[in-house]
Amino acid sequence: MTRMLTSDAVPTLPRGVRLHWDRVREKWVLLAPERAVALDQIGHAILSEVDGAASFEAITFALAEKYGAPREQIAEDAGEFLRGLMNRRFLEVC
Amino acid sequence: MDGATPQDWRAEGKARGIPAPIAMLAELTHRCPLSCPYCSNPVELARKSLELDTTDWVRAFQQAADLGVLQLHMSGGEPASRRDLIALVTAARDAGLYTNLITSGIGLTEKRLHELDAAGLDHIQLSLQGTDAAMADRIGGYKGGFDRKMKVASWIKDIGFPLTLNTVLHRQNLHQLPDAIDMAVEMDARRIEVAIVQFHGWALGNRSSLMPTKEQAAEASRIVADARTRLKGTLVLDYVPADYHSDYPKPCMGGWGTTGLNIAPDGEVLPCHAAQTIKSLTFDNVRDKDLADIWYRGAAFNAYRGDSWMQEPCRSCDRKKKDFGGCRCQAMALAGDPAATDPVCVKSPFHAEMQTRANQFAADDGAELHYRSQPLA
Repeated sequence: MTRMLTSDAVPTLPRGVRLHWDRVREKWVLLAPERAVALDQIGHAILSEVDGAASFEAITFALAEKYGAPREQIAEDAGEFLRGLMNRRFLEVC
Repeated sequence: MDGATPQDWRAEGKARGIPAPIAMLAELTHRCPLSCPYCSNPVELARKSLELDTTDWVRAFQQAADLGVLQLHMSGGEPASRRDLIALVTAARDAGLYTNLITSGIGLTEKRLHELDAAGLDHIQLSLQGTDAAMADRIGGYKGGFDRKMKVASWIKDIGFPLTLNTVLHRQNLHQLPDAIDMAVEMDARRIEVAIVQFHGWALGNRSSLMPTKEQAAEASRIVADARTRLKGTLVLDYVPADYHSDYPKPCMGGWGTTGLNIAPDGEVLPCHAAQTIKSLTFDNVRDKDLADIWYRGAAFNAYRGDSWMQEPCRSCDRKKKDFGGCRCQAMALAGDPAATDPVCVKSPFHAEMQTRANQFAADDGAELHYRSQPLA
């Protein structure tokens, strides 16, 4: 069931993992089973594109457009970030 | 009351460098159908008649969210023994908390699990006393418990709750660790907590029957390391090693009064679940005061914050920011002084004696299990 993060793979936050605005610390966090991961702006920007419909490729295009950065660089950075979440079971791909 | 608001307490705490807590353990009750001999509840259990009622808990959850708590762990005892469990989960989600149920599974029916699903429960942590009925029912002191738990696990899987399997291991069941890891994969658990028994609560009186051998402790570390590589991306392993056989102590609570807090069934607010063993501490009650007031200004929370309370060898040690001198409750239990270095540390004058005793406990093959009792009505 473990899939690779290929360009056509669709990343999705599984049940029990969600973005949350931490109103006390005034920052975004990713809430997951027994973990709360503080997100920086980049992490939040990437996860904001993860909607369970967009492919990894579509996500990198959207980010490149939005932030005016080279797509290859975005793909590398976003890929590393998302694979890290997959290893912790905070993200699935289908 | 001096008219201060939670915002004032937070500003005052921030100025003193005190972070807001991330996690709260709500011990809804000390009642439990099981009687595990390593139960982390205090030996003096809170009686049923003194338990907080629904309204008290709902208010505490709201105050916790206002204080900055993100993760709520509903535990016990057995939290399913509370008849208002569904209402409590609903209230916790309404407060904006990520809600985790820590349960043996006993007391959960398929219907109740569907109700918990509808109430918004985020995650379930299911305890495992052994990987077969003979072991699990003997350790839990509850006949039929294992079969019931397997049934509950199948309902959890059908509903699709994210699941963590939590297994406490000791000399009598450590050989079942590989089976426990396999079971977690079969149940579609995302995580397993592999905790070698820590000697607090009822476990302290059961050291001779539960203490793992040094070889068992080392073998467990090897099995966990191997499984982490083999199951990367499938199962996350959290590991609590056997600290009597370690050279450095655990970073208790991630630093006293920095990360988490605990509410006992009767409303006492504790810096950690074993803090009541430190008799010099006094605890505030959530019936009387706001949680923010207790967190930032309570005597028990301030007792071991920072490092000004530390003695040598901790005070001048470069590890003090990593492990905070270890566990205060263990320093109390083994060195007789809650401000002493945790005897697990090689630098503690009690370390050699503790390791000698650990090996004696581990060699006591005839030792019997002493089960935990039930709270009074």
